[in-house]
Amino acid sequence: MRRFALALIVAAWLAAPAVGHAAAPAADVERALADLAGADVERREAAVAVIGKTGDPKWLAFLAALRDGSVYARKKGGQLEILVGGSKSTQGDKDVIEIKSAYDGAPLGTMPVADLIEVSADRRLRIAIKPFLDADETRGQFADPDANVRRGAAIKLANQADAGAAPTVEAALAKEKDPWVRQALAEALALIRLAHGDAAARAAAATTLGGLHSLSAVPALKRLEGDAGASPAEREAASTAIKKIERWTLLTTTVETAFQGASLASILLLMALGLAIVFGLMGVINMAHGELMALGAYTTYVVQNWFRASWPQAFEAYFLVALPLSFLVAATAGVVLERGVIRHLYGRPLETLLLTWGASLIIQQGLRLQFGAANVDVSSPGWLSGGVPVMVGVTLPYNRVFIIGLATVCVAAMYWLLFRSSAGLRIRAVTQNRAMSACLGVRASMVDATTFALGAGLAGLAGCALTQIGNVGPSLGQNYIVDSFMVVVTGGVGKLAGTILAAAGIGALNKGIEPALGAVFAKVAILIAVMLFLQRRPAGLFATRGRNAEA
Amino acid sequence: MAAYSRRDFLKGSLAAGAGVAALGFPNIITAQGKEPIKFGVLHSLSGTMAISEVSLRDVVLMAAEEINAKGGVLGRKLQPVVVDPASNWDLFAEKAKQLLLQDKVAVVFGCWTSVSRKSVLPVFENNNGLLFYPVQYEGEECSKNVFYTGATPNQQLIPAAEYMMSKEGGSYKKFYLLGTDYVFPRTANKILRAFLLAKGVPKENIEEEYTPFNHQDYQTIVGKIKRFASGGSATVLSTINGDSNVPFYKEFGNQGLRSENAPIMAFSVAEDELRGMDTSALVGHLAAWNYYQSVDAPQNKKFVNAFKEYAVKAKLPGGAKRVTDDPMEAAYFGVYIWKQAVEKAKSTDVDAVRKAVYGQEFLAPGGKIKMDEANHHTYKPVLIGEILKDGQFKVVSRSKGLVRAEPWSAYTSPDKGCDWVKEKGTYQKKA
Repeated sequence: MRRFALALIVAAWLAAPAVGHAAAPAADVERALADLAGADVERREAAVAVIGKTGDPKWLAFLAALRDGSVYARKKGGQLEILVGGSKSTQGDKDVIEIKSAYDGAPLGTMPVADLIEVSADRRLRIAIKPFLDADETRGQFADPDANVRRGAAIKLANQADAGAAPTVEAALAKEKDPWVRQALAEALALIRLAHGDAAARAAAATTLGGLHSLSAVPALKRLEGDAGASPAEREAASTAIKKIERWTLLTTTVETAFQGASLASILLLMALGLAIVFGLMGVINMAHGELMALGAYTTYVVQNWFRASWPQAFEAYFLVALPLSFLVAATAGVVLERGVIRHLYGRPLETLLLTWGASLIIQQGLRLQFGAANVDVSSPGWLSGGVPVMVGVTLPYNRVFIIGLATVCVAAMYWLLFRSSAGLRIRAVTQNRAMSACLGVRASMVDATTFALGAGLAGLAGCALTQIGNVGPSLGQNYIVDSFMVVVTGGVGKLAGTILAAAGIGALNKGIEPALGAVFAKVAILIAVMLFLQRRPAGLFATRGRNAEA
Repeated sequence: MAAYSRRDFLKGSLAAGAGVAALGFPNIITAQGKEPIKFGVLHSLSGTMAISEVSLRDVVLMAAEEINAKGGVLGRKLQPVVVDPASNWDLFAEKAKQLLLQDKVAVVFGCWTSVSRKSVLPVFENNNGLLFYPVQYEGEECSKNVFYTGATPNQQLIPAAEYMMSKEGGSYKKFYLLGTDYVFPRTANKILRAFLLAKGVPKENIEEEYTPFNHQDYQTIVGKIKRFASGGSATVLSTINGDSNVPFYKEFGNQGLRSENAPIMAFSVAEDELRGMDTSALVGHLAAWNYYQSVDAPQNKKFVNAFKEYAVKAKLPGGAKRVTDDPMEAAYFGVYIWKQAVEKAKSTDVDAVRKAVYGQEFLAPGGKIKMDEANHHTYKPVLIGEILKDGQFKVVSRSKGLVRAEPWSAYTSPDKGCDWVKEKGTYQKKA
């Protein structure tokens, strides 16, 4: 123990010139440090309290390091010395780590990682550390330029509802301009008053919380409502507030469900669009559609890795590069497929079905050989993670908003291409009457290749977008192909409008049913609904007019 | 299938190539002239389960290679017969039959999903075969012909729920049981619910929900969890199957939920699954297993390094980036338990080996384990781990000593037990 104290004093002394004054830790802190390196959970927790209560910013920095798992101990003459670890590096065959003193982070050189004992902070210890860091952090966070950080700090204080935090919150509220942060601050303040104020303040706080539509206040309000010791005014205020919040929750749930329906619809649409074009215009049942999506997804993965390795500073932008590239890669694969084999089998739907199915197995196995059977990880860029709050209680995830936008753009582009451009005119002409178009000088085989490439490219685009939502693995395509076909068949083969309407209908219906019946039965219900619908209208929402209908 | 004789015939040329069955076993017939012992490997190498099961094949072959390098078992080398049941439950039974009747293997290491195990069970029981099953499962089974080296519910589910309720774990009071819709999550949640109710958790604080296989759209469910957790002190106990985890965790993070608001305790997410995930959304969430790659023990470091070297040498995809996880550890020590039992029995006869397995101990990578004296399951330590950014786990809680396996949960079937010594398998406990 004495040697250990000595080590600490030496550490403090080493650090002294930089700081300006030497502060040897008090005896209780020394004991606490020794306890930290031990195994006794209770004593470690008590040690954190002792260190935290010093209120010294340098000790708080030490606690932060402990929470982040960068505190170590080293044996020094039979005693353990507590250290803070810095960056790791490799020297020769050993991993070495920079070490710093516990108190003020004065550099003490480097040493091999293997010689250090990690002083880990388990969950319980981190929970003990939290309040000390929170109190210190909050002030800094309220001054942060990022509104999300300020809002997070307010939510944290609201959850703790600690009476001592009220002045801090009031001060922050006076300065705050952002409406969402103001909302969170007002909520925190009301929750604190609800927990600690007198009867009048509690009643007022309850009314305020009702006005703020604060969902996280409901448990506290319910307690107040049922509290026999509370005054009638308080209980009245609480029950009014609860009613108000519940009505609001109904509204937010509706808005959320509508958005979820729109999001699912846009995903279905994106998946089915390419299939609808190939199936509808060319009469080819492309079983490899899912694998073309997988190609797009793997392109995104490769682009991501390329950015990570050779252009890390622009990593956030990788997705913008991956989008057009995945379109191109899948379109190229589509052209190869069409020119290589499918063109020999036009007008023989069963053979093309078998053939594209074979192609799907080849692509799948090729991906498995190249990238392994396991899923690969595609990270979302910062601007596609998280969400934007639109009203109290509703946060719309960026990735889903993005996909809704992308689907809209794709549909608009398809409409323009098919109905407003000369290439589209040729595609429609070949679809309606191949022989006549050929007679009039349209190169039908060229048109076929372009159409197929377009459909394949759209699949690649969908695959790229889906990396932001789901898994990327060799069997990715199989997960989506059934849904894609369901949309196309329900919509009616050959009509874009049908595909759009079917995607919207299935998406909305699914999300409308799911809250009540659960995900499994929602899926079952959708399949039954589609089956019943196709019984009544076998041709789908819109009747077919295409090459296959003439046959 | 006449594959075996053909395989035998082609052995020389296959061994030179990259034939899976012969991988790493150039000297199948040893110099002593003793016939090798054949063992079966029954893991899906294609189809949906390949993602998980391929690693088990790899680790079983590695264990056999290690044993062969040290002289084999009873002076005889081990010769693997690898078959691919292709994630098809019926094919599992067919391939199991082939292994037992045509290839006449001494033992089979295999299966992952419960449905595949249920499908091969009659084959092993009717032909008196021997299966080592390495995956944590829902219990309620007690077969004479199977040794279960994975965890039973009381070695994974119950300790995890206990941890979440403890002060150390954060004293959570509301539980959202979320799973993929098949037998393991259903049974697991039945047991968890019975346990939570027994511990005095009110019914309205337990929510239960299932999703189809390969479910991708977790918007509605995460919205529900958000409302469920809005008052604080809520946790999610997740038995979501591997593939659906990425969409779930991503949605969870994107809707503004953090592990501090509502931590997710997962029972089906291990290092091998985390390889294919963007882990940033998972950091701080928890898992319950009996082994992690990060377990700090010399034999584990050796195991992890040996596997990485094996992966490089055998040119497995992933190479040195391969990781080890709980089912892999269980598959690995299963081979050694069988080897020790054969050596004790001095024979590969199934009945003799079965009796010799009882009470067998082994220093597994995760720590010492012990086979039960009667119930065909394994004594294991229970570890709660927290997910780190690099896809590894930090152990935050560890059981005191080994936990005995209870194939019949004390919470759902308190009247049943499993014993193959004094009783004939599953029996009714006397009141």
